[in-house]
Amino acid sequence: MSSQPRLLEVRKNVLKQNDLIARSLRDRFGAQGTCVVSLVSSPGAGKTAFLEKTLTLLHPTCRVAALVGDLATENDAIRLARSQAPVKQITTGTLCHLEAAMVERALAEWNPGPLDFLFIENVGNLVCPSSYDLGENLRLVLLSVTEGEDKPLKYPTIFNSADVAIVTKIDLAAAVEFDESAVSANIQAVRPGMRQFSVSAKTGAGIDAWLQFLTGEVRQAAAN
Amino acid sequence: MDRPRSPRLGPAMHELSIAMSIVDLALDEARERRVTIDAVYLDLGPLSGVVADALRFSWEIACQDTALQGSRLLIREIPVEIHCSTCNANRTLDSVQWLCCPVCGTPALEVIHGKELAIIALEVRDEQPAAAPRSA
Repeated sequence: MSSQPRLLEVRKNVLKQNDLIARSLRDRFGAQGTCVVSLVSSPGAGKTAFLEKTLTLLHPTCRVAALVGDLATENDAIRLARSQAPVKQITTGTLCHLEAAMVERALAEWNPGPLDFLFIENVGNLVCPSSYDLGENLRLVLLSVTEGEDKPLKYPTIFNSADVAIVTKIDLAAAVEFDESAVSANIQAVRPGMRQFSVSAKTGAGIDAWLQFLTGEVRQAAAN
Repeated sequence: MDRPRSPRLGPAMHELSIAMSIVDLALDEARERRVTIDAVYLDLGPLSGVVADALRFSWEIACQDTALQGSRLLIREIPVEIHCSTCNANRTLDSVQWLCCPVCGTPALEVIHGKELAIIALEVRDEQPAAAPRSA
């Protein structure tokens, strides 16, 4: 016979384990002077092209490297390696997002040396990555002009969890009649005060402003 | 009690791995306190990025072959609450698509509730102690 049921009060953050690892990563990066930037978006929004452009332009003056998560294939790592920066692929198998432990494991078997910036490209997915802290200083959410202006309203949680919004492929804006003010209003609705950059990795438009922000304000904030 | 995360359990739903984390935490608690768990009470906010229905759907699979098999998951959904700096008051929001004060419209920079993803209580029964050996 079993005893009477009773209620036991506990308070346990479900993602405690992930958050602990993320905190230790953040501490480690902080001590090494490395600023960590993660990228999330839906598949095909242009994370890899944007990151390749960013790595290529930063590589001559900063120590940069990238970790890139994908369900399968090493195609993104191969593309990013063209920037000459060290790149490591994390193949997640069936997992739809990166977790802090996967970043920790990747860094245990891969040492890119001292870095100014480490970029972590998440699996293309606007839902699952939002819950997991990866120890980053800055989380970018990317959105391409071909995806529709209401994307932030459809995926408010990921936009709310991110620090900066990057509108990509603006070279296609006219062709798809992209309404930039509408997307801005939607971003501000789900994440008031969010910084926003509009860029084209193809033409280079807007990339300077992004890099200035990254190497100035972001790096300084991460160092403090 | 530890079991490998089976890749056969399917892709593209992080609620399953969240459910497995909840099970693992509850199992730790059960071991530590020597109790059997009948139900897990969870607080869940819409900004946690976790969907209640998907979590309920994953629960049974996550509990399979553990001491939590047959247990219930009871989810309390916590609404988003913001602090409005203009009104100097806390406000509850109906939607996560418009993070503004519902009274004055000021954009909300401070979210107070809505990110919860926490076990708050367990419904438990004490484990029956094994029959004590009779003293001679």
